[in-house]
Formats: sequence, structure tokens, C-alpha cells
Amino acid sequence: MAEFFHTTCSLPTPLAYLVAAIIHCVLIIHVVAVGALIFIWLERKVSGRIQDRLGPTRVGGAFGWLQTLADGIKLIAKEDITPKDADWMLFKAAPYVGFAASYCAYIALPFSDGWVAQHMNTAVFFILAVLGIEVFSPILAGYASGSKWSLFGAMREAAQVVSYEVPLGMCVVVPCMICGTLNLVTIGNQQAGLFTNWLAFNDPFTFVVAVVYFTCATASVNRAPFDLAEAESELVAGFHTEYSGLRWSFFFMAEYGSMFLVSGLAAILFFGGWNGPIPIFQVLGWSESDGVLLYLARLGGCLNFLLKGTIGVVVMMWVRWTLPRLRIDQVMTTCLKYCVPIAAFGFLGALFWQVNELPTSNDLPGIGINRFEARESWVIEADQQRASRAAAVTPSPSDVPIGPIGSVEFDRVEALVMTGGAR
Amino acid sequence: MATQLDDARIIEFDVRTDEMLVNMGPQHPSTHGVLRLVLRTDGEIVSEVEPHLGYLHRCAEKIGENLTPRQWIPYTDRMDYLAGMNMNLGWSLCVEKLIEHDLSEKAKHLRVIIAEMGRIASHLVGMGAYGLDLGTFSPFLYAFREREKILDLFEEACGARLTYSYLTPGGATADLPNGWLQKCSAFLDQFEPVIQEYHALLTTNAIFVKRTAAIGVMSGEMAVDYGCTGPVLRGSGVDYDLRRDGEERYTEMYDGYAFEVIVQKEGHYPKDHDYPAIPKEAVLGDCWHRFYVRMLEVVQAVDLVRQAIDRYSTASGDWGVPIKLTHKLPKGEVYLETEAPRGQMGFYLVSDGNAIPWRVRARSSCFCNLSVTSELCRGCLIADVPAIVGSLDVVMGEIDR
Repeated sequence: MAEFFHTTCSLPTPLAYLVAAIIHCVLIIHVVAVGALIFIWLERKVSGRIQDRLGPTRVGGAFGWLQTLADGIKLIAKEDITPKDADWMLFKAAPYVGFAASYCAYIALPFSDGWVAQHMNTAVFFILAVLGIEVFSPILAGYASGSKWSLFGAMREAAQVVSYEVPLGMCVVVPCMICGTLNLVTIGNQQAGLFTNWLAFNDPFTFVVAVVYFTCATASVNRAPFDLAEAESELVAGFHTEYSGLRWSFFFMAEYGSMFLVSGLAAILFFGGWNGPIPIFQVLGWSESDGVLLYLARLGGCLNFLLKGTIGVVVMMWVRWTLPRLRIDQVMTTCLKYCVPIAAFGFLGALFWQVNELPTSNDLPGIGINRFEARESWVIEADQQRASRAAAVTPSPSDVPIGPIGSVEFDRVEALVMTGGAR
Repeated sequence: MATQLDDARIIEFDVRTDEMLVNMGPQHPSTHGVLRLVLRTDGEIVSEVEPHLGYLHRCAEKIGENLTPRQWIPYTDRMDYLAGMNMNLGWSLCVEKLIEHDLSEKAKHLRVIIAEMGRIASHLVGMGAYGLDLGTFSPFLYAFREREKILDLFEEACGARLTYSYLTPGGATADLPNGWLQKCSAFLDQFEPVIQEYHALLTTNAIFVKRTAAIGVMSGEMAVDYGCTGPVLRGSGVDYDLRRDGEERYTEMYDGYAFEVIVQKEGHYPKDHDYPAIPKEAVLGDCWHRFYVRMLEVVQAVDLVRQAIDRYSTASGDWGVPIKLTHKLPKGEVYLETEAPRGQMGFYLVSDGNAIPWRVRARSSCFCNLSVTSELCRGCLIADVPAIVGSLDVVMGEIDR
């Protein structure tokens, strides 16, 4: 996009990059802010229906769909109070830290094939790292509030979220290992075709890992039954007890932003990302064409992805309004005694499956691709260069035949070492 | 899980951090009104809990010494405001005992219907609010949905939804309106299957069991020592219910009714209903058993109301015309306890021969039930404090009066 501004609009290079960056920022902030708006409304509707109520019905006409906006206006109009005993600088900064972390992680989250703010070869790592920063927000808020209840909330948050990042990371490693890449676009593209190509159905272990991932993701974004940091009946409101108005709403936006982020990550890593259960666009040939048809195919993929992410969020809501809250020791037990061993077991199992080349659902006949043909462009280029280099050397009869990556024994071993299990 | 310690102050003495005094309440979402608990905590572990009272004191007893017994009825409503009907009943029986007023059969059955419906409504709140204490919101609204229907019935009978002043000395302010019994039966038919929902969401829910089983265990002896009554006492396995063991004047209301006291005997509860099984983690006298006793009492109350409706529609006599507003009381003193939803509610009345009592006192069940809090909460986690206090199901209006 920067090139477009540079060449077509003849802007100087730095300015072109700046304009492109701003456009990306604005697009993503709409995903986060408008997304939060919709999800808060959805949460009210879902909880209402679960509880035999109607939820909001009035604001904005049908279904009360503008309720959150009305609440947002109310929150903006509210007084921004800083308690006397608060560490005012940290107190004021904390909500922004959380929101910024949640927002930044969207930079690397692809919404469709190639629709990502910044292509990253380490997108998975980036998202986990940036999400890890989000934990600072409740800790700072709790510490700076000068309230004992807030401090309890911060302590719990620190203990819980940091612990849950261990199994979360272990679960995320499994799809990366199978695909041999940390690039989310590639991971998504490797699951094209029928839904059997989705990594959750790759082998039994990945399915278990997908379930564990979702549990840990729920815990790491502080949703019930793991919402200890803001446990209403115990800690009043936990770390955001002392917040009001817009600052308080930033915590909310960060929470809903992270919720969609971890669900979206689950969708890409385990449930095919932007690839629908039946590859309609692939059958129609739109995804291989260009121009409007390709755009439509990607738009369909984007809708697919949003739908999957939303389903994840709705499941989180469903769980929240059904289950009681766990106690802190039970939360830690769930993490350390169940999630970590199961995730480790799933990782080993998936590794075993890959190393022994046991049949996966990817081998099933039907529409779809060989998973390992979808690679990043630089990998394909490197392969081609390697192949041409190898072709230049006359093979001796004792040599194994040389082909693209995966068929040469040496390359295979090398790839295994480098990517941890990809064929 | 070793969370219940004999003395939390012993643990990790060498690396002990500072203790923190925290106020839980009087403005706190889970202290059921204006209870104030002062917690001494070491991290998440609570080493000491001290309840403080008096935030809802309205001098109800003193007011009773300036009003005639019938005028004081509205003040009894406001004691246990979740079971106003049962409060009315306790005071009415106490006054009737003093003036030696006997009721007709029909009036007695009417009182059973109303009192047991009040018990259902009260336990529904207790159950729903307990879910809130443990962090689940939906059962609370499910409980309130059904409670609203009971309140609709009460509204039809007496015009009020919370502070009824319906049962008065002499009987009730009015007879049940036409068609009320059919509506009541229809409600019971609809309500009984719904109880399974509560069992699914709470009683048998794995997380709920983990949060309540073996938490706040109180032995039967301790419950008796502290003067605990009602579901709290029976949850500890003490077989005592004033509806069976109380005074003649009270128990005669329940003469001929088939009901068993809900208490665990020989490892199981009365088996006249299809109850969910007791989880193996649960210990007699823990939060789970106190909750379970309440749930079973709801089932039993449904049964009692059904029986009472049958008897009421065939009984002879009037519905119990109230005594005069300025009925002159004979000289003497009288004390009577009834089995309110939260325990034994006693009223004490001393008369010097005027229409206005000379002394009025109330014995609150929640006051005694609350007194075990500091004992039960020693060495538990912060999250267990709402679980334990919630399982005692206290209503501050009754404690402070």
C-alpha cells in the first residue's frame, strides 16, 4: 500500500509509509472498538436469553443494538475520578497499557488470506508476546489504585495469567510445529480445502490441544469461570474497583478485544481460519483468479473468519453465564495439574504423529491441497534457488533424486530440525 | 486441597508477609445487605473474620412497645423482609397465645399455605443469592422468575409483594380470593419440574460442588452450641424442626400433614422425593449440605402446600377474622418460637394489661447463625468467605431489627 502511495500519488517514501500505517491503524482500531461495541451488546443479548430475559430492546430500534453506544456516551460524560491514595500516573496509564496491548496484537492477526496489517513471519510469537504485556494493565491498575480490593485483584491476575501463558504457549506450538511456520497467513492457507484439513482434526492430539487452548485462552483473558481478578462477589470489582468513566471502559474494550483476539487465533490455528468448511471459492476457482473475484473470495474468507471468532466469543459468554467461579487454588490446580500436562502430552503426541508420518486427515482424498505446498513466498523462492543450484550440479548415480523440499532426505531432516516436525 | 488450616498464622512463619485488615462490607456485593466483615488476611488466606452489626437497626422492638400488636405487624414484615409472611405468623401466634385465641381449621390451613409459600419464596432468594456469591448469575434470575410468580399470588391475596402484613393476630386480614387456589396449584405444577434446573446449575454442578463441599464444616455439636437453627442446624445433621418439635400452638397447624424433617440420617436424606445424589466430596455440616437442605425444603414445601390446599378447600369455619386493632391484652408474659425459613424466630411479649404491650423482643435466627462466621472462616481463602456467609443465608433486617 505504501508503494501505491509512493508511485501513484507520488508522495515521498516516509510520508507514503505514514499514510499507509495510519490507514491500517484506523482499520484495526475499528475492529477493536466497534468489535467491543458489538460484543458488549452481544453479551447482553446472550446473557439475557440464557437468563430468560430479553436484554436491551429499545435503544436504536430493533434489538437495542445501539445500547452500547448509549452506554459509551454515558461513560464519556461521567466524572473521571482518581482516588486520593492512588499513584496518579500509573493509575491513569494502566487502562491505556491494556488497551494498547490488546490493540497492537491485532497488527499481526490476518482477517483473510493476505488481509493483515503487517505481514510477519513470527506472527504467532508476536501476538503471544504482546498479549503477555496486557497483564501489566490489571497489575498496574490494582497496585496504583490504593485500594486493598484492587491489590487483591492485581495479585490474582499476576498469578493466574502468567501461569496460564505456559499451557497456552504449549498449545500454540503444536499447530506451528505441524505447519512448520509461525506465519499465521501460511498456517491459515495450509488448512484450505474441506474442513477435514483443519488442524483441530489433523490427528486426535491436535483436537485435545485445541480444547486445552480454548480453556487456557479463556483463563488468560480473564473470563468466567476464571474471572478471579474482577471477582464481583469477592473483590467488589477487583482491579478496576476504583475506575470510572472512560478509563473503566478502556478495560472493557481491552477485555473484549482480547476475547476476539484469542478466539480468532484459535480459529486460525485450529479451525481453518478464513477457510470455510466447504471450499466454495476454491471450487468456483475464485481464490485462484484475480481482480474482483479474488477480492470477493477474500471477503468471503474474512466473513468466515469473523464468524468463527464470534462463535468462540459466544462460547465464552455461554460458559460465563452458566458456571460458577473457581477459587484461586482451583484455578491454579486446573492450570498446573491439568492444562500443562495435557498440553505437554498433546504436544508429544502430535510430534509422534508427525515424525512417524501417521495418516492425518490431510491425506484424505477430496478437494483440498497438500498442506505443505502452501508456504511463504520466501520459502518457495529459497526452494527454487536450492533446486536450481542442485540442478546445476550433475548428480552422481549414488545420489538420491533431488526434488522440492521434503523429498530429499537431507532437506527433510534439516527441515525437521529447523521447524520442529514439518515434513 | 489443604486450604482449611488449623491456624493459618503458622504457615510459612519464616517468610511471613504482612497481614492486611480488609473491610468486607457494609457496602460489598456479597454480604447480603449491610453486614460488615473485618478480615485479617495474609495474601489470600483469611486468618480471622469478625462480623460487625448494626447498620440496619431500626428500633423495631422499641416501636413494638408503643403500638398495639396488630399495629406492629408491618414492623415484623420488615425484619426478615424476604419471608414477611413467616414473620407475621410468628408474631400472630405469640399474641394469640397471650390472649388464648383459637383458630378455626380453615384459618390454620390457610396459614400453612401462606407460610410454606413464603418458605419457598425465601429459599429461592437464598439459593439464587448463593449462586451470586459463588460467581454464577443465571440461577439467581431463574430463582427470581419463580419467586415473582409467588409474589404475584401473594399480591392477589393481600395487595403487597414484599411487606405483606397479611397474617395477623386472629387469622388473616382477608380470605384468599376466588380462584386463588387453582392459580396456586397451577404454579406448583409448573414449579416442581423447574427445581431440576436448579439442581443442574448448582447442586450437582462440578464447580459448585468443588466450591462448597467440605468448606465451612460445622459439627452438629457446634451448631447446637452456637444456637444455630433452621437449615444451618439441620445441615449439620441435627434432627430438629419446630414444625414437628415446637410448641403445641404451632405444631397443631401441621397436625395430620405428612412430612419428614429434612435432615441427613444414616447417610441419606428422606427419600420421598427424587433427589440428586450427595457428592462424595461433601461432608455433613459443610456449605453444600446447608444449601442442599434448603433445596429439599423447597421440594417439601411444595408438597405441604398441595396438602394444605386440599384441606383448606374442605375445611369448615371462617378464614380467621383479625382481632380488634385495640384489643386489650391480658396481663402476663408469653414467648413463642416458630420455624421461619432461616431458623427459629421467637417473639417475646410482656403485657401489663393494656392494649399496648409493655415489652416486645424478638429472637432472631440469623443472629445466632451469623455468630459462627468467625469460627468457620478461620484459615479459609477469601473466596470461601462469601461461600460460607452465603450458606448461612443471613438477612440483616432480621439481625439488626
